[in-house]
Amino acid sequence: MTMPQQPQATADVTSAVSAAGPEPVEGPIKIRVRELSLFYGPVQALFEVSMDIPARQVTALIGPSGCGKSTFLRTLNRMNDIIEGVRISGSVSIDGQDLYHDHTDVVALRKRVGMVFQKSNPFPKSIFENVAYGPRIHGVRSRQELVEIVERSLLRAGLWDEVKDRLGTSALDLSGGQQQRLCIARALAVDPEIVLMDEPASALDPRSTARIEDLIGELREDYTIVIVTHNMQQASRVSDFTAFFYEGRLIEFGPTPQIFTKPSQKRTEDYITGRFG
Amino acid sequence: MSVHLHRDIERLKKKVLSLGAMVEEAISAAIAALLSRDEKAAKRVIASDREIDQMEVEVEEDCLKILALYQPVASDLRFVIAVLKMNNDLERMGDLAANIAKRAVEIMRQPGVELPAELPTMARNAQAMVKSSLDALVNMDATLARQVCAGDDELDGFRKRMQRRVLDEIRAHPDDAEALMGLSNIFRHLERLGDMATNIAEDVIYLVEGEITRHREN
Repeated sequence: MTMPQQPQATADVTSAVSAAGPEPVEGPIKIRVRELSLFYGPVQALFEVSMDIPARQVTALIGPSGCGKSTFLRTLNRMNDIIEGVRISGSVSIDGQDLYHDHTDVVALRKRVGMVFQKSNPFPKSIFENVAYGPRIHGVRSRQELVEIVERSLLRAGLWDEVKDRLGTSALDLSGGQQQRLCIARALAVDPEIVLMDEPASALDPRSTARIEDLIGELREDYTIVIVTHNMQQASRVSDFTAFFYEGRLIEFGPTPQIFTKPSQKRTEDYITGRFG
Repeated sequence: MSVHLHRDIERLKKKVLSLGAMVEEAISAAIAALLSRDEKAAKRVIASDREIDQMEVEVEEDCLKILALYQPVASDLRFVIAVLKMNNDLERMGDLAANIAKRAVEIMRQPGVELPAELPTMARNAQAMVKSSLDALVNMDATLARQVCAGDDELDGFRKRMQRRVLDEIRAHPDDAEALMGLSNIFRHLERLGDMATNIAEDVIYLVEGEITRHREN
């Protein structure tokens, strides 16, 4: 295993990665982030983050609470737009298309970038309607087409066999783990290219967590997945790449096996070995 | 969780260091017994191998416990893996010390067999490599570990020269062949000690730098 090419050394180690450029990632890049800074009013939450998120791989974002990882995740589908007083500089592009360009269609963008949250949030509707909701607002009218989308999405989310005989019942009757997989099915129903996951398994029992982790492993064949997790073992189990954030800065980004056996930054080492954070 | 992990890692560190000290002592006692033809001392070394074996099992159990309970990463993971490997080498070094002591007893019973004048030097070299590899572990010193690896070729050369000489002796004094074969084995054991010290040194380099240096030229 070779050491990652560390960007040229700067006096400020904490900003070395973000200031000098992203770590090299082999293979096609799906999301390109350059010198991204984000302010909540006067408070700066992200500092010149640059990274290349590889296509059809799982990228995990780790770091202590308040390090900016969830804020960063939300910049990838402009979820921060809805928060008042947020200001952003730098750029985020998906397949070369600038997310923050004035003419970017946010609705179309969010169709390409699905999101799954920590707490499962099914609509108080039937299982079928939960999954059909997205395609419907994106213009799918044919009942037959919707039926096909719902079945395909539930299959992909590993939920079909458990719910196929009760698609008309309320989604709220499902268990927590099933509800979360329903939310994943709902995100997949609009055929996104990227799936963002914000601690998708933190409220689930170990068995449901394992199902979600297995699912992530299957989905990476077809989707670019970015996952925020507080559970470092989960990050090491499910991801191909890991980014460590600290105090709004990207400290280190590299292949997951390397981060968890031989991190190049002391702060990463201290965090993942539990010496701080 | 990290408090528990780090406490157990500290305990493991102390245990592997005391195993190292036991092995170092066994080697030096075996060589001293051979050179001074002290049969009682040699037998003490043979008996002490049991304690080393017990300690090896304890260290392995501790490593497995840490891996199972804490799933350590980065330097903690490298430490546990390095200890697991050097534990094995230390136990085998203990066996070699006992083997040297056993061959020493055989040689003592053949008063006609002279020990070559170079034997103490070769023994000192082997011991120095063992000591340095353990010092490198104690101080997490990759530079010292590299010096240990570099010293291995010299010991190999020593062993070849000594074994040629033993063959000549066997041809000249076929009646002493059994004791001389024992002597030849002692040279082989000393060389193996150097090999294992090198293994430990390579594990130390891995521990400190995260680089696996085995099977590399130079």
